[in-house]
Amino acid sequence: MNLSKFFKNAFLVMLACLVLSACATKKVQNQMQGDVYTGTDTVEYLASGVPDRVFFATNESVLTTASRDTLRKQAEWLRKNSKVNVVLEGHADERGTREYNLALGERRANAAKDYLMTYGISANRISVISYGKERPVDSGSNPLAWSKNRRSVTVKAN
Amino acid sequence: MIKNIKFSIILLIIATVQSNALIEVDITRGNLDPLPIAVSPLSSDNETNSKLIKELKIDKVGQKISNVVENNLKNSGLFNPLNKDAFLQKPDIAHLKPRFEDWSLIKAQALITGKVTLNDGKLRVEFRLWDVLAGKEMMALAFTTVPSNWRRVGHIITDKVYERLTGEKGYFDTRIIYVAEDGPKTKRIKKLAIMDQDGSNTKYLTLGNELVLTPRFNPTNQMVTYLSYFRNLPRVYLLDIETGVQEVVGDFPGMTFAPRFSPDGKKIIMSFAMDGNSDIYTMDLENRIVDRITNHPSIDTSPSYSPDGKFICFNSDRSGYQQIYVMKKDGTGVKRISFGKGLYGTPVWSPRGDLIAFTKLHKGKFYIGVMRTDGTGERLLTENYYQEAPSWSPNGRVLIFYRETKTDSQGKGFSAKLWSIDLTGYNERMVKTESDASDPSWSSLLSN
Repeated sequence: MNLSKFFKNAFLVMLACLVLSACATKKVQNQMQGDVYTGTDTVEYLASGVPDRVFFATNESVLTTASRDTLRKQAEWLRKNSKVNVVLEGHADERGTREYNLALGERRANAAKDYLMTYGISANRISVISYGKERPVDSGSNPLAWSKNRRSVTVKAN
Repeated sequence: MIKNIKFSIILLIIATVQSNALIEVDITRGNLDPLPIAVSPLSSDNETNSKLIKELKIDKVGQKISNVVENNLKNSGLFNPLNKDAFLQKPDIAHLKPRFEDWSLIKAQALITGKVTLNDGKLRVEFRLWDVLAGKEMMALAFTTVPSNWRRVGHIITDKVYERLTGEKGYFDTRIIYVAEDGPKTKRIKKLAIMDQDGSNTKYLTLGNELVLTPRFNPTNQMVTYLSYFRNLPRVYLLDIETGVQEVVGDFPGMTFAPRFSPDGKKIIMSFAMDGNSDIYTMDLENRIVDRITNHPSIDTSPSYSPDGKFICFNSDRSGYQQIYVMKKDGTGVKRISFGKGLYGTPVWSPRGDLIAFTKLHKGKFYIGVMRTDGTGERLLTENYYQEAPSWSPNGRVLIFYRETKTDSQGKGFSAKLWSIDLTGYNERMVKTESDASDPSWSSLLSN
């Protein structure tokens, strides 16, 4: 009797654990596609509906579909606000050597710059700076934190 | 700026008793049985002591110098300095003529004795190294310097003892330049800092107003090259430690980074990033001529010259991932040398010329390792959550690097520290710094 009660309790606890961990996993998965961040926790907005940043996969500088969508919105906003200049700040996560990450951040910011240029934004309105892994937004040491840190952020320069 | 209160070392050979030394220390293997050595406190007479206290506020300078020596020898991992409580003979008498039975009784195989005197405001330090088992003097030297240089005397004595017993140059009279870190991980404050190899005499060379990274010594003098984000323009700078004068290197229309000096100290080799592509360039510091060394759409960075200046190793992802390559100094003959599993970065050519140290990332772990210059003989020395950026001691026997800790689920608990390890893979230890630290670079010997 006691024993079966014990098992029943244990079973309930295990079930609860499973449900909770499933939720946790699901939450992370909802914020990442592959290892690219798709959440909005860290995102700020240049204007209503114009997110300021795009995210990258590990060691990559290829723009995802979502990134290109964000950059088209930025381009449209920049066309409307033709006096605004921007700085594209490229970043990498902490899981790489410092010097390589500086180069990688520069490559990422330039991928964003090239895309803005193909949508009609003049190169002389865009400057680029890489911070490598020096300025993470999330100080965590886990895949979700790293995915938030692999980014190119468009910042108003004037 | 910091330097160098005229340091005249007068090497006086007090006695040249050539002995067939019985003791020698093999530094090519891991040394699990460090040599027992007794470092007798350097003796000084009462007059010298009272003068030093009165005029210079330095108490027990002989004992302090011997502590520096002892600490150096212990940290090398090759020596086991014995507890001074067990010493039977008084320092002044031992320096004249050691009673070898007393020293062999406490299992000392080598003995260092010495004497400090003050003449005309100058500190005169003499020391002797004795082979206890053979009952012979192995070396006797004297130095004269300004009293404030007493720590350097300790380092120079250690270098002489190390060289006599191992047959190779020491690395103790040297300094480390590094980046001192403070503040939260998301807004780290970074300053250039310099200290003696043993962690003392720390001085800060920048104020922390702008981000600074990757300082490296000129192998021929006390100049430093580093990356600064001054005015938000990341560029390679040159810093004269003595005068504090800083200047930007070259007039590049984009980020320059990953600087190092050529072995003759006359050029800086670095990466220049433009339109998403990083290539390697050199700049001659005399005539300011810039040469492009690589021209490839991949990332080319972390260049480091061979000690003869004929070759350059560097990091490139031209294969798709970070790997180590070697080329001739003009950029021709590029050859990939790293073929193991994982990613490879930060290659640094050994001052002896035979090895390249590197950082390796494999399955979520970071390693510091070495390989021959053709890529064979890869040997991983240490594994950790995060570590990178090895720098060689001037004798090519020790590597210093930095290590970062993993943060917890709240993003707390981050730290960055300097560590060193012998080429043998033994004697891994933390190098004490006043604050968190990264990007260490080892100077060459200050004196020879």
